Amino acid sequence: MTTSTSLVYLIALPLAGAAILLLAGRRADKWGHLLGTAMSASSFGVGLYQLMLMLDRPTEQRPIGQKLFEWINVGEFKVDAGLLLDQLSICFVLLITGVGTLIHIYSISYMSHDKDRRRFFAYLNLFIAAMLLLVLGDSYLNLYVGWEGVGLASYLLIGFWNQKPAYATASKKAFVMNRIGDMGLSFAIMIAFATMGTVSFAGVQEHAHHASEAALTGMGIMLLVAAAGKSAQFPLQAWLGDAMAGPTPVSALIHAATMVTAGVYLITRSNFVFDAAPTAQLLVVIVGAITLMFGALIGTAKDDIKKALAASTMSQIGYMILAAGLGPVGYAFAIMHLLTHGFFKAGMFLGAGSVMHGMNDEVNMRKYGALRKFMPITFVTFGLGYLAILGVPPFAGFYSKDMIIETAFNAGGAKGIILGVTTLIGAAITAFYMTRVMILTFTGTKRWDDDAHPHESPWLMWLPMAVLAIGSVSSGFLLSRGDALENWLHPLFDHHAEHEAHLFEPIVVSAMALTMVAIGVAIAFVKYARQEVSSVAPENVSIFTKIARQDLMQDRFNEAVFMRPGQALTTTLVAADDAVIDGAVRGVGQVAMGSGSALRGLQNGYVRSYAAMILVGAIALIGAIWVVVQ
Amino acid sequence: MNAANYLYISALLFTIGAVGVVVRRNAIVVFMCIELMLNAANLSFVTFSRINGDLDGQVMAFFTMVVAACEVVVGLAIIVTIYRSRRSASVDDASLLKR
Repeated sequence: MTTSTSLVYLIALPLAGAAILLLAGRRADKWGHLLGTAMSASSFGVGLYQLMLMLDRPTEQRPIGQKLFEWINVGEFKVDAGLLLDQLSICFVLLITGVGTLIHIYSISYMSHDKDRRRFFAYLNLFIAAMLLLVLGDSYLNLYVGWEGVGLASYLLIGFWNQKPAYATASKKAFVMNRIGDMGLSFAIMIAFATMGTVSFAGVQEHAHHASEAALTGMGIMLLVAAAGKSAQFPLQAWLGDAMAGPTPVSALIHAATMVTAGVYLITRSNFVFDAAPTAQLLVVIVGAITLMFGALIGTAKDDIKKALAASTMSQIGYMILAAGLGPVGYAFAIMHLLTHGFFKAGMFLGAGSVMHGMNDEVNMRKYGALRKFMPITFVTFGLGYLAILGVPPFAGFYSKDMIIETAFNAGGAKGIILGVTTLIGAAITAFYMTRVMILTFTGTKRWDDDAHPHESPWLMWLPMAVLAIGSVSSGFLLSRGDALENWLHPLFDHHAEHEAHLFEPIVVSAMALTMVAIGVAIAFVKYARQEVSSVAPENVSIFTKIARQDLMQDRFNEAVFMRPGQALTTTLVAADDAVIDGAVRGVGQVAMGSGSALRGLQNGYVRSYAAMILVGAIALIGAIWVVVQ
Repeated sequence: MNAANYLYISALLFTIGAVGVVVRRNAIVVFMCIELMLNAANLSFVTFSRINGDLDGQVMAFFTMVVAACEVVVGLAIIVTIYRSRRSASVDDASLLKR
């Protein structure tokens, strides 16, 4: 593989930004946001430069690597801290730094009234650096460092306003639930080392053919657990809704465009493991299918605009995971949906932030209404993102989501039918709840509080939204024109899989998807545009709505099944520790003290009793010797 | 005469001395009982010397006498001092070392 010396700058620039901003303290308050943005932008510049270099090289020489230093060298176990930039990582690098830079620019204005803006930018830069390490690491262990780094950055940013106890709790919840996924990743690394003796991607790919299927299945399932934790997939999905406690740019960057898609990256990167472990691959599909329905159903009932978008993110990542679980035919579509989703969902989150900015940080959509006239730019950019997520041609989602639906149908047999129908219904529900968001926010009658004075956001905020809206419109077409992305990623995946017969023609799939979308939009239109929307959520709703409002009972389930028993276990262990371990220690002390004070009675100061004891002792000793000798 | 009889006498004397040390309160009597025990030991040494036909035991007996003489000097001095300060020669009264 060709080596390069400039890959490290991709990570070093934002990392240096984070270090400077954190170490300089209040002195950097005046220019901290500019430095942070510049670091992110220059990292994007390096990424573009690398892309141009890569385009110039012939296909087989496109991946390049850089060895940073020898990290671990213990007996058989050797790991170098190394970077790998190939066709897959470059997509992520450009998405992370590109969207990241736009969101840095947006945050300059969005966070301008916050006295901790410098700290915010430091964390954002830290996140960019960690995320780049995640996608550039050339081994699972290097990836793991980035994986933990983004977890830390996510924790710090969700709890950025940790003076509110609820927000601090939300960040803790995200961190704890992510730990479960992180544990899965560490187990996967251990399995890789135990069975293949290596943890580098290249090494595992080479040895995967010889490893037993059981080991690969175990590793695949552990990787899936890791992906589920980071990407908020079932059953580790509950943290994402609460993660909306963070400032809106954070939700856009970390909890929509980049970090939560790390699970998709992990599965796609580990394609050689999953291709050789059909059971694990099937589980990936199942998790994706469950989550896409789960998220969509939650999205229908949320009145909080950010939580509705978060549920949508969960659902869309479900699509990606599902596609990644379909094997070599699906990886490229998973990545394509990931990229288009990065544009339109980040754009919509920034739009939501813009609305909140104009509405005194109100997040309840029932208190919006008729904002179209007051925020025309936000309305247009949000609307373009809306059309993209619906999959209306020729917007981005049309290309990426239809491909996934089509691939799902082509998976063959009952599996194909079930997956295809699930993705179609998911598309309909997506259309319903996104239309609901649009109608509640931008059309209808005013339902504001009296002190709200909605106004369009400054240009620093709408410019990134406009750029992302352009991406939402064009990215799907550009990436799928002549199967551009598919051909680009083609060398990375094992493609000797047969081309199965198509169940439906692509045009039929598109027609079905559009019909479902139309149905979803129509229902939302009838329910929210034709009827008066109350500014408080109605109470006399069906049991299903109540359940959906409570996130399909995910928190109650976790609380009942994991938290309460866990607490009981902890209480029991504390009690057992107190009684048994501490009891033993204290008991030893008490026995010593008790026997000491009993023996103290013998020290009565009377010489005669001492003499008697010596006499008795001597007699006993002589008697004992006599008995033994006899 | 059977040499073992000397050993019986020695044991008897030692026992009398030991009982005296334990039961009597008067420091002077206790002291005399200790001397009795020492001399019982001396008698045993001498007897063994006789039985074994060498002089080791007799030499040992002289050593014991020297030690006993020293002990008497020190011990009597202590007893006299205690008597002067406490107006009592009872060993039970001198029990300040307890606890």
